[in-house]
Amino acid sequence: MLSKKYRFFLIVNAFLLLLLTVACLFPILNVLAISFSSKAAVSAGQVSIWPVDFTLKSYDYVFNNVSFLTSFIVSIKRVILGVGINMVLSVLVAYPLSKEAQDFGSRTWYAWFFVFTMLFGAGLIPGFLVVKETGIMDSIWALVLPGAIPVFNVLLIMNYMRTLPKALEESSFMDGAGHFRTLWTVYLPLTLPSLATVALFSLVAHWNAWFDGMIYMNRPEHYPLSTYLQSLLQFDSMNQTNMSLEQAKMMQFVSNRTARAAQIFVSALPILLIYPFFQRYFVKGLVVGSVKG
Amino acid sequence: MGTRRRFRRMKRNIPLHVMMIPGIIIVLIYCYIPMIGNVIAFQDFTPLMGFAKAEWVGLDNFQYMMELPSFYQVVWNTVFISIMKIVSGLVAPITVALMLNEVRKSFIKRYVQTVIYMPHFFSWVILGGIVVDILSPSEGLINQIIKAVGFQPISFLSDNTWFPYVMVITNEWKEVGFSTIIYLAALTSIDPTQYEAAVIDGAGRWKQTWHVTLPGIRPTIILLACLSLGNVLNGGFDQVFNMYSPVVYESGDILDTLVYRIGLVDNNYSVATAVGLVKSVVSLVLIGAGYGLAYRFAKYRIF
Repeated sequence: MLSKKYRFFLIVNAFLLLLLTVACLFPILNVLAISFSSKAAVSAGQVSIWPVDFTLKSYDYVFNNVSFLTSFIVSIKRVILGVGINMVLSVLVAYPLSKEAQDFGSRTWYAWFFVFTMLFGAGLIPGFLVVKETGIMDSIWALVLPGAIPVFNVLLIMNYMRTLPKALEESSFMDGAGHFRTLWTVYLPLTLPSLATVALFSLVAHWNAWFDGMIYMNRPEHYPLSTYLQSLLQFDSMNQTNMSLEQAKMMQFVSNRTARAAQIFVSALPILLIYPFFQRYFVKGLVVGSVKG
Repeated sequence: MGTRRRFRRMKRNIPLHVMMIPGIIIVLIYCYIPMIGNVIAFQDFTPLMGFAKAEWVGLDNFQYMMELPSFYQVVWNTVFISIMKIVSGLVAPITVALMLNEVRKSFIKRYVQTVIYMPHFFSWVILGGIVVDILSPSEGLINQIIKAVGFQPISFLSDNTWFPYVMVITNEWKEVGFSTIIYLAALTSIDPTQYEAAVIDGAGRWKQTWHVTLPGIRPTIILLACLSLGNVLNGGFDQVFNMYSPVVYESGDILDTLVYRIGLVDNNYSVATAVGLVKSVVSLVLIGAGYGLAYRFAKYRIF
């Protein structure tokens, strides 16, 4: 039987936590409601967290925008290419680093080689100049290659691999397999939970990245979605000069503010969609990966 | 060990070296070459001339940096914002983790976790867009509430007294939930018999929290506090860049935004590199010290 005082504490505690979630969701719901409300209702300040005068006109406006769709496609290309390269290279680096120093003498050297890049940042300008000099400016490679080895992810995979029993490797060698085969047939299947976490982290990172697109892409039609959204929010989102006729007609229903809100949500949607699946993995993947082997 | 066996193992390890080649090439090109590229901080570099022909100017760029009227203000802004973020980034997640730990209904716990982890996965472009909207002095929701209660609207994002605090609070909004994960993991590893022993000694809930729970997660707290030392010069570029404007440079301009503007807006590559290099070197020392302390107090190793 719980004491009265303790039961009171439990209720207050749960109430405070629920309040925290409300505070957390409130700004997001407010902007979501604005995106579904009419121009008039929004400028009259009637919208809080529920759409007033429900309309899809702002979304209609967003999807009629050619540059929005082009940048959406750039983002999808970037995510596929970027996550693919991140995963292949991270696994290829993590596997050798997961070996014991007594079996693989150079391990410590290699590990420092990669970890040092986490400790000392080369800086914005030199990095920018190298991208320029390697001739990948204004191409999708500028968004993918400079960050092709996320060292933090490598360490997560490495630590996960180190929790696997060493006997696995030994028996694989007994069967005559080499390192490549052992990695492919023994380690990869067992590392899947950690790989799923890391792949999702890398996916989110590529989807969200905007700064590289801004500095490496010369033409706006090469912008990934986040960069495009950033440029819209930073400047006026309704540049009258390059507006299509259809968009101009919509202006009587859509305001700068509702269109912005809709754009924010379309960009956030992919993250919201994968989040429920993702959530199951990341906690476990993170916690196991941080345990030292 | 016989040379023969050693040789055999070396031969078997060749694939391990081969596997690393692509990764090493990428890191050499995009991390180590830029590190060497920092030499342009000591040159009068222009893109047309290139490294090789640029004139060496010694410490001129650093002197120019020190003489920038805003330099000390920017350093102060950076340290002020980041230290507030570091402190709140320790206190808030620990509090929330302790509160979550007391929840008995698992569906409440799961719901709270699902909601508060979420903002971590949105970019500052998205969250910045939301913050700019709700804080707008004329139409934003927050100021509508302030006006409804009978106060004057506050332009949070163009007011130098408010701007740094808005950075700290919105940063907590994004990160507090995600940061609880590591504390919650630490909480589950506390031995339940310690609580039983405390109950036998007559300890109530508060005493249990104070004498069992907090000491139980102390190594984790110390570890994260040490590791956060490396962030003292990180004001949070993505966040500030998406919310600031020239009117709040006085309180919100940080080292990274300054480097960006000097380098890529004004195309003054050498000075920007000099500022960036100072930041990187000081950060390296701080990170080193942080890892050193973490190793000493929590036996933490990076790999």
